Amino acid sequence: MDWALLIEKAVLISIIIGVSLVIAMYETYAERKVAAFMQDRRGPNRAGPGGILQPLADGLKLFMKEEIIPNSSNRFLFILGPGLAMLTAMMTSAVVPWSSHFHLFGRDISMQIADVNVGILYIFGVVSMGVYGVMIGGWASNNKFSLMAAIRGASQIISYELAMGLAIIALLMITGSLSLGTIVKQQQIGHYYILLQPLGFLIFLVCAFAECNRTPFDLSEADSELNMGFHQEYSSMKLGFYLFAEYINVFISSAVMSTLYFGGYDIPFVNDGALAQHWGQNPVAVLQAVSLFLKVVAFIFFFMWVRWTLPRFRYDQLMNLGWKVLIPLSLINMLVTGFVVLLKLNHWHF
Amino acid sequence: MWERMYLPAIAKGMSITFGHMFKKKPTVNYPEKTRPFSPVFRGLHVLNRDEQGRERCTACGLCAVACPAEAITMEGAERMPGEENLYREEKYAAKYEINMLRCIFCGLCEEACPKDAIYLSETFAPANYTRKGFIYGKEELLIPNPLTQPEEFAKAKGKPGQNQ
Repeated sequence: MDWALLIEKAVLISIIIGVSLVIAMYETYAERKVAAFMQDRRGPNRAGPGGILQPLADGLKLFMKEEIIPNSSNRFLFILGPGLAMLTAMMTSAVVPWSSHFHLFGRDISMQIADVNVGILYIFGVVSMGVYGVMIGGWASNNKFSLMAAIRGASQIISYELAMGLAIIALLMITGSLSLGTIVKQQQIGHYYILLQPLGFLIFLVCAFAECNRTPFDLSEADSELNMGFHQEYSSMKLGFYLFAEYINVFISSAVMSTLYFGGYDIPFVNDGALAQHWGQNPVAVLQAVSLFLKVVAFIFFFMWVRWTLPRFRYDQLMNLGWKVLIPLSLINMLVTGFVVLLKLNHWHF
Repeated sequence: MWERMYLPAIAKGMSITFGHMFKKKPTVNYPEKTRPFSPVFRGLHVLNRDEQGRERCTACGLCAVACPAEAITMEGAERMPGEENLYREEKYAAKYEINMLRCIFCGLCEEACPKDAIYLSETFAPANYTRKGFIYGKEELLIPNPLTQPEEFAKAKGKPGQNQ
């Protein structure tokens, strides 16, 4: 039993879960502030200096509310739904490389919880399970409107998964490996893959919006139409779980996007290896984690920026976009990428 | 075809929203700052006194009749010989109550009063926990005596256009 490895992984897991939760909390605050600034108002600025303690107040409010479980609902599924949503949201964070490695206590501690060979496939598998969270929430509420909203949400998620997968296949043709750690290392040496795959990135971005149920694709929540959609019957911390799971999904999607296309923890325009020789490994690892966080924060801001700009898609427009526009585009992307990769392998002549 | 992808329109929209982030916000940070009111703003009622500190109100009841919401009630009383410095005329209001929940702050009572005894100042009606707390009696409405409490009187009179 390698106790050191167990302890190291356990600590890393708790740190990452804690950081995800804290970031989701402050994402709620950032969402309100960004929304306010874009709408010419100020946002929460009463709780603590500049409103910093507002998420704590929100969390406390959610804990203190009354737990209502409708009598005619399916009790087991009702309680299971938010748990599933949160589970799948957190599990994706296991394969994302948060930094290169630290050199502590005479060991190299890698900052990726599990560097499996099938990193990206694992992410897709877990995200597909996220559909269950939505569906179970809508079904267990025993409410026709929640059910309809959940059906719309589930169909949206599975339609956009296809285009996402196809866009990633083109990326995999270039990298040759599914493991996220390898992809980041390749980007450290070569170019960031955004330059090689702009169309793929665009498709992945649109699909990430749809996966997280964010505007303009948020008709499963549809704040002004179906009331609260599939989480209407939920109160107190179960609702908190659903909302948090959505924010953690945003965070993880941003992290995955910055890892796949923007170099992950690589500090841009800086030779990381040479820097590690100069300053030592640990400070550089910290800087790399900070660089990844900056990229993630930029993406999260982008998510919110789009939310408060675009109107919501109608359901048929959304299905049209997912099946008739994005899938052909990603297929074309795949073909072109495959053509160029083969050409490169063949030393640029036919 | 490029236009049909909506991307240029989306980019233009997003630049507009981004620009709004840096514009000046019209929000006022109440209660640290307040919006300025005009001098004729109709706020809380104040029962006036004259320069010698005697109450002006004679309980004639014209304000109660003029009030469209029937918010004012009063009871008159006769002035006793030793109280000449308290009240102007022989009749005065022993009980004078305004129900702030009924009052619509129209100012008709101020217009109706023949003695300049009631006027509407610039303060809001503050919040309260019970309905009973909103029935303002004579103590809350009466302006402080200029002879015994000159600073409060001056403050309550205020300057035109200033918040009290």
